[in-house]
Formats: sequence, C-alpha cells, structure tokens
Amino acid sequence: MEKFTVLDGLVAPLDRPNVDTDAIIPKQFLKSIKRSGFGPNLFDEWRYLDHGEPGMDNSKRPLNPNFVLNQPKYRGAQILLARENFGCGSSREHAPWALTDFGFRAIVAPSYADIFFNNSFKNGLLPVIMPAAVVDRLFLEAEATPGFRLTIDLPRQVVVIPGGQEFRFEVDAFRKHNMVEGLDEIGLTLKQSDAIRAFEDRHRAAQPWLFV
Amino acid sequence: MQPQTLYDKLWSSHVVSEDADGTALLYIDRHLVHEVTSPQAFEGLKLAGRRPWRIDSVVATADHNTPTRDWDQGIRDPISRTQVETLDANIREYGAKAYFPFLDARQGIVHVIGPEQGATLPGMTVVCGDSHTSTHGAFAALAFGIGTSEVEHVLATQTLNMKKAKSMLVRVDGSLRAGVTAKDVVLAVIGRIGTAGGTGCAIEFAGSVIRGLSMEGRMTLCNMAIEAGARAGMVAADDTTIEYVRGRNFAPKGDHWDRAVAYWRTLKSDEGATFDKTVVLNGGDIAPQVTWGTSPEMVGSVEGNVPDPARIEDPVKRASLERALHYMGLQPNTPITEIRIDKVFIGSCTNSRIEDLRAAATVVKGRQVAAGVKLAMVVPGSGLVKRQAESEGLDRVFRDAGFEWREPGCSMCLAMNDDRLEPGERCASTSNRNFEGRQGAGGRTHLVSPAMAAAAAIAGRFVDVRKIL
Repeated sequence: MEKFTVLDGLVAPLDRPNVDTDAIIPKQFLKSIKRSGFGPNLFDEWRYLDHGEPGMDNSKRPLNPNFVLNQPKYRGAQILLARENFGCGSSREHAPWALTDFGFRAIVAPSYADIFFNNSFKNGLLPVIMPAAVVDRLFLEAEATPGFRLTIDLPRQVVVIPGGQEFRFEVDAFRKHNMVEGLDEIGLTLKQSDAIRAFEDRHRAAQPWLFV
Repeated sequence: MQPQTLYDKLWSSHVVSEDADGTALLYIDRHLVHEVTSPQAFEGLKLAGRRPWRIDSVVATADHNTPTRDWDQGIRDPISRTQVETLDANIREYGAKAYFPFLDARQGIVHVIGPEQGATLPGMTVVCGDSHTSTHGAFAALAFGIGTSEVEHVLATQTLNMKKAKSMLVRVDGSLRAGVTAKDVVLAVIGRIGTAGGTGCAIEFAGSVIRGLSMEGRMTLCNMAIEAGARAGMVAADDTTIEYVRGRNFAPKGDHWDRAVAYWRTLKSDEGATFDKTVVLNGGDIAPQVTWGTSPEMVGSVEGNVPDPARIEDPVKRASLERALHYMGLQPNTPITEIRIDKVFIGSCTNSRIEDLRAAATVVKGRQVAAGVKLAMVVPGSGLVKRQAESEGLDRVFRDAGFEWREPGCSMCLAMNDDRLEPGERCASTSNRNFEGRQGAGGRTHLVSPAMAAAAAIAGRFVDVRKIL
C-alpha cells in the first residue's frame, strides 16, 4: 500500500448526503476481476449523460457539464469534500478503488458508512471525519474560492486550511500506523500465526463441531 | 460477572489477541465467498505466494452474475461469464468446504444457502464480501460484510483486525397485526432511526415480536441491519433457531449436536445487560411499509402520502427530499396507494425464502397480474427453495396469475445480470435497496414485503395487503 503522510491537494465538493456505493461505482463495472481501471467510471451515472457499460471508450461519452467533477476548476482534485454517511450501501471495495484510480487520496466528511470507511484505509484513501459545522464552512470556501486546497497531515492528525488554521481529527492508532508506514496488513497479522494457532486449538476443543 | 450482551459473548469468544488501543484480532469461523468480491482477493493471495489458512471454512457459490432463465445457454455476457469462471478456477485451485457453482441444484444466493445448508451456525463469526452478510446474525452469530482486502485477509489468516462496535438494542414489543411482516418491521425501524442510525453499532433485535418470528423472518430483519448502517444485526438463539438448524447438511451430528445445543442456549443477552443505545417500537403500531424515495429511510405506511419538501426546514434535508422525489417521479402529498407500478420483483437475499414465496402466493392465488404491469417475476433464493416451492405447487399459483417463475440468484436486486429496470420504470420490489440506479439506470424502486409486492402486482398499484387477504 502507498504510504500516506502529508497531502496538499485541490478540493472537489460533492454536496449531497448519503452518497451510496452504487452511485460511486455502478454494478455493471463490478464484473471486472481486476483492482484497477475503475476511475473512468467513478460516479458514472452522474458524470455522463449516456448509460455506461464495461468496455466503452469513456473519452467519447457525453459528459454531464453540471456534475462537479466535470468542472475544469476541479481537475486534478485529490481531496473529495462530502456530506454525512458517505459510502453507504454495498461492501464493494470497487468504491475506494474507483476513487483512488480517479486520483483521490482523501475524503473529508462528517461521517461515513462503516464498511466503506474500513475499505478506504486498506487502499491508502484517508477518510477524514470533521464536525458538520467545519464541513459546512469548507463547502462554502471550496465553492467560493477557485483553486481551494487543503493540507491533510496524517502523522499530526490535522487538516490545515488556507491561512493556516488547523482542525484536528481523530483516527484509530492501528489504521494510522499502517497507512503512514504503507504496511502490508496480512504480513503483519501473520506475525501472530502462533497466537492464531493457539486460539484455534482452544476453539476446536470448546466447539469441535466448527471444525468437522 | 457483569451481565453480557449477546454481542459481548460472540465477540469475546473469538478474540485471538488485543492491543492497547483496543484493536482486536478476531477469529473467523465461516467465510462465504461469491464471484464478485473474491477474484482480486485470490489474485492477491497468489501474488504474495500465500496459501489459505483454513480453506474448509469457505462455502462458495455464484449468485450475483448468474442469469435467471435459459440456463441451457450458459452465461451469455462474456464479462459475467469470466467472473464466474474465475471463481470456478479459484475453488479448483484452493478448494472449499462446499461449492455450489452455476447450474448446481443447490446453487443460490449466498445468504440463502449458508443457513439452508447448516453452514451458518449459532455462535459463529461469519463473514462474506457482501454487506448483507448481516443476514446470518439471525442465528445468534456475529456476521458482517467485508471488503475484498478483508476477504484476502481472512483467506490468508482466518482473522480480521477490528475494534469492537457499540451495542444497540432494537426491541419490538407487543405483536404484529395480520398482514404485517418482518420486512415491515425492519423498514419501520430504518424509518425511525435512519440509514445511519446504526452506524458503528451491532444491533440486537429482541422483544416479543422478534421471538415470534420464524428464522426466515429473523433473516429478513438482520439482512437489513446494514440499511440502518449497522454492519451486524443479531437475534438470540432459542427453540426456533435450534429447530431450524437441526438435521441440515452441515449441522453438528450425534454427540456434537447435544454439546452444540447446550452451548447455543447460552447465546442470548444476560438479564441486566446494558446497551449503548436502545430503541423500542410497538409491533401493533406497524403498518405495511412502502419506500417512496431513494434511500431505505425514505419509507412510510401504505396508508400514508408522499411527503412534502415544503414542510422540511433543514435545507440539506429538503434538497435531498426534492432530489429523491424528482428521481422517483413523484408529486408531494400523493397517496401511496395511487402510485402505479410497471414491474414486480419478488426475490433477493432479503425475501426469497420459502416462507416469503408462500406469503406472496397466498395473496396471488386465484388472481391475475394487472394489465398495466409489464413484468412480474419470482426469483427463488436457491435451487432448493425453488424445488420446495414447486413441490407445494407455488410455481403454478404464480404462473397461473401471470408471474414469471425464474431460476435462483441475486437477479434484479442489483441488476448485474440481464434482469433490470429500464429508465423511468417503477418497481414493487422485495429487495433491500432503493438507491438511484440500483435496479437499473433510471429505475425507480419501492421496497415492500413479499405480500405487499404480490398485492401490488394484482392491483397494478400499491394497496394495503390487509384489505385483500
């Protein structure tokens, strides 16, 4: 996994609550057996005016000019500013894969759905939780200020707005460590193989029917 | 000892280790696998040169992409076919406790076949790369959906790193009125607490209404815990649980059975156990529910009206409501019973079990699908459910009424196969999500119970099933 330390990035505001993973990456693109290539179909139904299917040349499809990510001023955005309960719905990891493939490295929102939140950390996509009032303010500034950028400092757990004001955010220590170091979580867990085997022996003794 | 919740018991009996900040390594007993969220996990395993830790924890099937008719022609969409064949190849290479591939008589929706085979047992931790894994919590199991990275992690280590969730009790007291089902209960719960109401929580459903539900009903309930934001929903084990499991394919046998039952009887919250949050509903107050918007929380009684955004003060909520009504093509204040439908879908991991099909058939029997309904389809949850229904003559009831009787699979719940809504089409659906585009781009989904979907098929619009039973 790519390390995440300090990100200074352009902000794209997506002003709607309860953005679900079906909207982030529609089901027809989940047929892929790869982890990459989902970026062109991120928010497919909102981003294009026609209906997308796998295998289409997305560069030739008509874009919805009203959709935020199609506006030239947000080209190259690495931080998605979003509303509450972002990423609700299906467990599809294709959602963070599509966001990172598009170029996002972080999201700032008041809240996230649990599975999406978890999946994001596994893919070097940092979901920052900010109070709703701060998010409201960031929306106002992002929409009013061309080229609005934020600095997200994961080691220090702060979001820095232009002018230098800092907002602290909470992040689980284990997830933060893995992300800052870019660790392979499976390799890390396998260091506990002996403990897993010992647990398995106790578990088998207590509930042998689980191991038949 | 301090009284424990069911969730406390399930959690603590699976903790391998725990670090100072509370992140635990949790042991996983059952790993359900399907074709959509597993290929990248198997690929990752292979690229890292790792082997599965305990492959006999895996029960697999192909369900999301499989067609629901013309099985003799195979899977015609080449991309879908590749995904299903990739699962075939991965199971060939790594093995599994059981695999029910496309065309197998026992194939079906992963959350239907796990319980049906006795592969889901009380006291287990159950995971699957699918958010509706919460279904299995109906068996007093700790069951939750995971992403593909975690699928790979479980394959490689039989564990997951996670923090314990908060606990939430949803108690439904009293009793349900005739024609009101588990689906209506869970939609009413979501309507009350919202789609993020259970975020960060494991929900235990309890109370006299829940005790009175069959396992099928409890599965419907736990299935939609995720639509309330909770990764896990669960119900304490009782005689209903134990009788459902008894004699199933992978249920414990002989001496193991007696030991297992003795243990399972402990799988309930202790007297005096405390929850972080508690929500109480009165079963008698719950009417048949119909969603009118693009989120499961946008729901109400069939006796009600489409809400009016003009009455909402919060500008973000008002905009969200306006957007939903625009997408759904609905005018504010329209009575729900005046909403006409184009299609009917009875199926999905929420409502495709035998009891669901019986409930729908009871409404349909001797009646005809309304002329304005373009398609009414029944998609059984598994090959075994289909066969059971056919042995009871339910297929004839549906066919005689004008329904299509299909092969099992996820089908139009998420429309990954050919079963889908066309733009603007309106569907009475027994599935779990009414998101924009969920059942096909531009499609409009109204979530209802099987009996309500059947009643809508007959009337061509939503009707209160209690009035026609």
